[in-house]
Amino acid sequence: MKKIILAAAAVLALVPASISAFAATEVHIPKEQWGFSGVFGKFDRMQLQRGLQVYKEVCASCHGLKQVAFRNLEALGYSEEQVKAFAAEYEFPTLDDEGSDITRKGLTSDYFPKPYPNEKFARASNNGALPPDLSLITKAREGGPDYLFHLLTGYEDPPQGMTVMDGMHYNKYFADGNFQIAMARQLNDDQVTYADGTKASTDQIARDITVFLHWAAEPNLEARNSTGFRVMIYMVIFTILAFFLKQRIWARLEKK
Amino acid sequence: MSTEKSVWQKAFEWHEARLPLVSFVDNAVGSKYPAPKNLNYFWNFGFLAGFVLVLMIMTGIVLAMNYVPHKDMAFDSVERIMRDVNYGWLIRYMHANGASFFFIVIYIHIFRGMYYGSYKAPREVLWWMGIIIYLAMMATAFMGYVLPWGQMSFWGATVITNMFSAIPLIGEPIVTWLWGGFGVDNPTLNRFFALHYLLPFVIIGLVVLHIWALHIPGSNNPLGIEAAPADKIPFHPYYTIKDVFGLGVFLIVFFAIVFWLPNSLGHPLNYVEANPLVTPPHIVPEWYYLPFYAILRAIPDKLLGVVAMFGSILILFVLPWLDTSRVRSATFRPVFKLFFWLFFANGLVLGWCGSQLAEGLPLIIGRICTFWYFFHFFVIVPVVGWMETPRPLPASIGSSVLKAAE
Repeated sequence: MKKIILAAAAVLALVPASISAFAATEVHIPKEQWGFSGVFGKFDRMQLQRGLQVYKEVCASCHGLKQVAFRNLEALGYSEEQVKAFAAEYEFPTLDDEGSDITRKGLTSDYFPKPYPNEKFARASNNGALPPDLSLITKAREGGPDYLFHLLTGYEDPPQGMTVMDGMHYNKYFADGNFQIAMARQLNDDQVTYADGTKASTDQIARDITVFLHWAAEPNLEARNSTGFRVMIYMVIFTILAFFLKQRIWARLEKK
Repeated sequence: MSTEKSVWQKAFEWHEARLPLVSFVDNAVGSKYPAPKNLNYFWNFGFLAGFVLVLMIMTGIVLAMNYVPHKDMAFDSVERIMRDVNYGWLIRYMHANGASFFFIVIYIHIFRGMYYGSYKAPREVLWWMGIIIYLAMMATAFMGYVLPWGQMSFWGATVITNMFSAIPLIGEPIVTWLWGGFGVDNPTLNRFFALHYLLPFVIIGLVVLHIWALHIPGSNNPLGIEAAPADKIPFHPYYTIKDVFGLGVFLIVFFAIVFWLPNSLGHPLNYVEANPLVTPPHIVPEWYYLPFYAILRAIPDKLLGVVAMFGSILILFVLPWLDTSRVRSATFRPVFKLFFWLFFANGLVLGWCGSQLAEGLPLIIGRICTFWYFFHFFVIVPVVGWMETPRPLPASIGSSVLKAAE
C-alpha cells in the first residue's frame, strides 16, 4: 500500500516537472496581491466604488457590462436611493402610448447599456477591432485579474526591430495578438479624480478597475468564500466522527 | 421484553411480503451482501461514483429548470443562474466541478480494477458494464460541456462531431445528421440538451446491471484470491461506514474546489459566448478527454486517428483475454506491477500532450506514448502473463492476515 502511494507520488511529481520544462513561449504574468483572493477573500467596498467610477469614465464608451444590472450596485455599498439616482442618469428607449419612440430614465432593474448598437458598428468605430464586453472578462482570460491588471499597465515602446501595424499598440502582455493590441493605452496618472480623494496613480486606477471587474464577473465571491468556510468546518467534523465510528464498528471484528 | 410485534413491524412485514424493497436493498448493498474483509480504500470509489452520479442528477435537474437551450439565450441563462437564481452559483459550480470529480473517481476506479485484476474471470461482464458506463459518461459530459454555449463549447463540439466525417462514404451525412444542419447550431444545442438529460438515467440502468453483475461472483479483493465465506463480512455496517468516512474525505476535497477554486478545472474561453466566426487559436477538450485527444492527433491520418482513439477504449473490452496471467492481483506480480505504473504514467503524459498544440516535442512524445498505450495492451500484458513468475499466493485471506500479524 505504501509502495503504491510512493510510486503514485513519484509519477505525479515527475510529470509537472517535465511539463514546465517544455512550456516555453507563454508570457509570464506576475502574481499580484488581491483582497478578494484566498479562502477569506473579500472586496474592498471603497475600491469597488472607485472601480465603478473608472469603468464609467474610462471604459464604458467602448466596453459593455451587459450582465450587470444597476440594482447589483447596492453590493458596492451604495444605498437604494443612490442606485436609483445612478440609474436615472441613463436613458433607455421605450414607446409612448401612441407607439412612438421615446426615451425614459433608467430604472434599477435596467442593465448597463451597450456602447454600440451592433457588432459591425463597433468594429467600424474601432479600426476593425471589437471591444469585448467586460462582464466576465477576469474569468474569460488566462491569468484572470493578474492578466487584466498587467495588460492595462503593460504598454511600452515596442522592442527594437518590431514594427507595430497602423492603429495598433505594443503591449507586452497581449500574447494572443502577437503583442499588438487595438486598444491604446487608456490609464494615466490622474486620469480620474476619485470622489474619495484617493491619489489616482496609473497603478491605483488599474487595480481599482480590475477589482471592480472581478466583482462584476463573480458577484457572489464573498458568499462563496464564507459559505465554503462553514461547509468545510461541518465536513471536517463529520469526517472525523465518521472515522471514529468506523474504527468502533470495525473493532467488533477483532472481538470475534 | 414483549415478543408481541408492534403495529409498525407488522405493517412493514406485510409490505415486504408483497414488495420486498428493503430486502432488495439489504441484499444489494446491505447486511446480506458478504464482502471480503480485506478491501482497502481503493474499493471506496465505486460508492463514490454512485454518489457523484446522484449529485449530478440532482444539481442538473435544478439547473435545467433555469437553463434555456437556445443559441441566443443559453449563455445568458447560465449567467442568470450564476447571478440571480438563489444559490445558483453553488448549484452550477457543483455540477461543473462534479463532472471533473466524476472522472477523477472513475479513473481511480478503473485503474484499481486494472491493478488488482478485477476484470479477470469470472468478472468479465462486470468489467464490460463498467466500460459501457464510462462510454456513456463521456458522451454525457461532452454534451453537457456544450450547453453553456461558450467558445470552447461551440468549437469543442465542432471538432468532436467532425471526427465522424472521417468515416468513408457515409461520414459527411452522419455529421449533418448529428448536427441537425450544416454546422453546430441551434438544433445541435437542442438535441444535446435533450440527450444530456436522458443519458444519466441510462447510466443509472447500467449501474444496476453493473452491481447485479458484481453480485454473481462477489467483490474482488486486494489479494485477488477467492474469498472463503469465513473471510467475508457483511457490507453493512462494515463497508457502509467505511464508505461514509471515504465520502467525507472526498467531499472535503470536492468542496475546497467548488468554493475556493471553482474555475480552476474549466477553460477561460468558455466565459466568452460562442461565436461561429471567431475560431480560438487552440481548441482543447476538457481535461478528462486529453489522453484520447492526444491519441487522435498522434496519428497523421484522420480516419486512422479516429479509429485509434475509439480503439483505445474499446480495447478494454478484450483486456480479460489479453491478460494471460491467472493471478489477479498485481501484489503478486512484480513485473506486471512495474508495467502497470509505467502505463499509468504514460496516460498522464498523454494527457499533457493532449493539452499542447500538436506540433514539435509534444507531438513526438504523444506519438511515443500512443505507441506505448497499444503496445502495453497487445504485447506487454499477454507476454508478461506468460513469462512472469508470480509470487506465491496465500492459501486464504485469513492466512495472509495472520502472516502479516506475525
